[in-house]
Amino acid sequence: MRVRRLAIGVWLVGLAFCVWQVMQVRFVADLSAFLPSAPTAEQRFLVEQLRDGALSRVMLIGIEGADVSTRAEISRALARTLGADSSFTSVANGATSGLTREREFLFQHRYALSPNVTPDRFTVEGLRKAVAETIDLLASPAGLLVKSLVPRDPTGEFLAVVDQMRPVGGPRTADGVWVTTDGSRAVLIARTRASGSDTDGQSRAVAAVERGFADASTRVDMQGAKLLLTGPGVFSVRSRAMIIRDVERLAVASTLIVATVLFLAYRSPVALALGLLPVACGALAGVTAVSLGFGTVHGITLGFGTTLIGEAVDYSIYLFVQAARGSPTGGREWVVGFWPTVRLGVLTSIAGFSALLFSGLPGLAQLGLYSITGLMVAALVTRFVMPSLLPAGFRIRDVSPFGARLGGVVLLATRLRWIVAALALAAIAVLVAHRDTLWDRELSSLNPIPVEDRALDAQLRAALGAPDARLVVTVSGATADAALAGAEAVGKRLDALVAAGKLASYESPARILPSAATQRARLASLPEPQEIRVRVQAALAQMPLRPDKVDPFIVDVAAARDQSPVTREMLNGTALEHALDGLLFASGSGQWTALLGLVPPDAGVIDATVVRRALGDADNAMLLDVKAEVDRLYSGYLERAQRMSAVGLVVIIALLFAALRSPVRVARVLAPLVAGVLVVAAIHVLAGTRLSLLHLVGLLLVVAIGSNYALFFDRMAHVRDASNARTLASLALANITTVASFGILSLSAIPVLNAIGSTAALGAFCTLVFAAMLLRFARAYDRTDGSLS
Amino acid sequence: MTETSSRRASLVEHRARVAAVLTVLSLWLSTAAAADWNVATLFERLAREPHAHARFQERKYLSLLTEPVDSSGELLFTPPDRLEKRTTSPKAETVTVEGTRVTLERNGRKQTLDLRGNPAVAVLIESIRGTLAGDLAALSREYSVQLEGDASKWRLVLRPLDSSLTTLVQRIEISGVEAQVQAVEIFQADGDRSVMNISAVPGR
Repeated sequence: MRVRRLAIGVWLVGLAFCVWQVMQVRFVADLSAFLPSAPTAEQRFLVEQLRDGALSRVMLIGIEGADVSTRAEISRALARTLGADSSFTSVANGATSGLTREREFLFQHRYALSPNVTPDRFTVEGLRKAVAETIDLLASPAGLLVKSLVPRDPTGEFLAVVDQMRPVGGPRTADGVWVTTDGSRAVLIARTRASGSDTDGQSRAVAAVERGFADASTRVDMQGAKLLLTGPGVFSVRSRAMIIRDVERLAVASTLIVATVLFLAYRSPVALALGLLPVACGALAGVTAVSLGFGTVHGITLGFGTTLIGEAVDYSIYLFVQAARGSPTGGREWVVGFWPTVRLGVLTSIAGFSALLFSGLPGLAQLGLYSITGLMVAALVTRFVMPSLLPAGFRIRDVSPFGARLGGVVLLATRLRWIVAALALAAIAVLVAHRDTLWDRELSSLNPIPVEDRALDAQLRAALGAPDARLVVTVSGATADAALAGAEAVGKRLDALVAAGKLASYESPARILPSAATQRARLASLPEPQEIRVRVQAALAQMPLRPDKVDPFIVDVAAARDQSPVTREMLNGTALEHALDGLLFASGSGQWTALLGLVPPDAGVIDATVVRRALGDADNAMLLDVKAEVDRLYSGYLERAQRMSAVGLVVIIALLFAALRSPVRVARVLAPLVAGVLVVAAIHVLAGTRLSLLHLVGLLLVVAIGSNYALFFDRMAHVRDASNARTLASLALANITTVASFGILSLSAIPVLNAIGSTAALGAFCTLVFAAMLLRFARAYDRTDGSLS
Repeated sequence: MTETSSRRASLVEHRARVAAVLTVLSLWLSTAAAADWNVATLFERLAREPHAHARFQERKYLSLLTEPVDSSGELLFTPPDRLEKRTTSPKAETVTVEGTRVTLERNGRKQTLDLRGNPAVAVLIESIRGTLAGDLAALSREYSVQLEGDASKWRLVLRPLDSSLTTLVQRIEISGVEAQVQAVEIFQADGDRSVMNISAVPGR
């Protein structure tokens, strides 16, 4: 009695604590939790970039439908509205003829920024060459436009500055705004103030675009034009909406189904309420544990939690249904006869879920912690609290007749046990035949964003002529300036590749802002006023340009000698700031990184090995194959999860050995589980699904849930008494609830939930049927009191 | 009552007379136009010309320089709106205009811009392209068009209508013989000018 009172006390205090803790939980739903928390510095940088970096802030806006001029007009209206919106740091649609506002600034600092400024440039010979070029330019069709610059800039430094800042190729325009390559859509590119993982901020930015588009309709005749939005932030907003919608729907549906099944079985509201109590406590404890362990609780964890209902509800089913006639529910008889089997089932489940806990993906670790805590608490509440809470003489409807009828079916099924072996062998054959394509090693397999949306994103990106998104060179430095200096050094190596035709060109932050040292060297190469006057006289001697025409040039050069280098701060508020932000940034650790985008040669691809060789010994620079790196990262985690699962399996076998103490019995318990896992995996393969990390999680669940079934069948074969009919009924009921709740999960559009749900539902059903078919039923039947006949 | 009705009758009579005069006048005018040489007939003939392939010699007189600068190359026009100017000397350079899209290739670099966003470029390009295409309507939207001479030797004087462009380009003179454009002369507002002589490539 004292033990019972203590249990109730602990339970009540725990419950109060959980409720208090859950009330202050912060729920999150962005999928970055399913990005690995990267082990190496490079991978950490990458994940950080994907999550918070400049790349994560890019939003691509497309306008389709209507005609060219309508789309262009909407694009202009949208650019105006969003340009004034604080959610965005910049919006571009191609309408502003590039760098208009910045012309004055660039002109003023042309001698610090022009790559052509070297001491040679200002010798008599250098000046002569540069001026000859300018005169050629004057003869060209572009000549009329540059004419006015010549007196101040006869060597053409301003044009050199503008030239190297202009994005290579550049997007196609129609009606004055950027459009996709086929011209069917207008395109805008916006940079959000919020980082990609700030889903609330991204959600506000998305709303601002939608509002801006709606506003445009008040001024423009839209003709049914449609708004298209893509980008990492947009995707995370959409994923979150999908997850929240799915989780709510699934939780309600799952609870309803399980409650209905239980009510049909118990025919008593009290029994139903009591039956759900351990599940509720388990879920509460699970959320509490996750929020204590991780700070926040992921929406997916909650969605997954609905499936816990399917497994944890089994415990109370066992408790109620297995109570023998004449002995109280949850009394000594059950504790001695059945609890050890339930306990072993819980332990094997925990062993399975531990693989998740150590998977290295924060999202999956949450699922693991949630499941382990939830199952443990549900089982403990069932064992220690429920018996005290049950009203005196509490009994559910006797389900023995149902169990007896099931017994007849099982008897027939055992004659077909060869089918299990045949299916398992067939499954092995299928898996072996597909062994090379069995696992999906791409992280995108976890991506909930539909393929069409991703294709649209790729199209809009291509339209904007952005450099290759897969291969980038990163250069790190302790300061921004050091990273820029590094980028300049790497740029020299890349120049050789461009000259050799291995690259069309490359993008570098040092082209927008050269390092301070480079700028100082350029300014120092400008001759003194007296000297330059003499040299200009000499250089222009044979030229059609009279020296007195370029007096303003001499004044400007003299002024430039006293200038200080352009700094990042000086670019604030200009389009150059945003251009630079995307290519030069500080990581969380304060380390600066310069990104150099590579443009593939015409009609070709970039050869990574050639680029790597060119980078050679530059130890602060590396070529990052973004997709390969992310996939390798994921693949690494997949392998780790596979290893952890294997360890989990070994622990499960060890537990079984410890409890059953017979290799034969352990083998008999494992046989239906192994067959179930094989068959489910084979079904996925035959359906054309490649197995992901989530399918592995699903298979772990199959082992965890199936081990309960197999253990009870093992018990039935050894106990051989009247309880077997009730055990059979309880297993059937438990299985129905499990299959229903996981089946509901498989209806989700989110790959993470869908994969787990479809695998576990199918697996739970298979393992139960296999366990029944493999039961040595004749022995179980032998000494029963006949109620199974 | 009678007074008003008689006045109405005389009004009807008057209108009929005016209409008759107008009809005769317009008939006379249209026959006169068919017989005469005017902007419309010139552009009709220009519009009938198929694609053109010609060499050009261009000379620019700039106040900045003590002597004019020369360039030369080829011109290709494909109706209705594709114009390509391939400069071969002093430096290889190609400008292609198609629709509102201008592509400039120089020093191995390609650069595109849109005419709508660059009126200063458009004003230079549309004059010659509109003339080669024989698109009087398009030309009249951007310039005041004035024709001198006759079919055997004509000269079009185009002046930008947009006042912000007149600070850049004062006028453009295009001269030719029959349906052949032979010279384009651009007079800039600051006194600089350029002359482009065009000679059709024989054997077409």
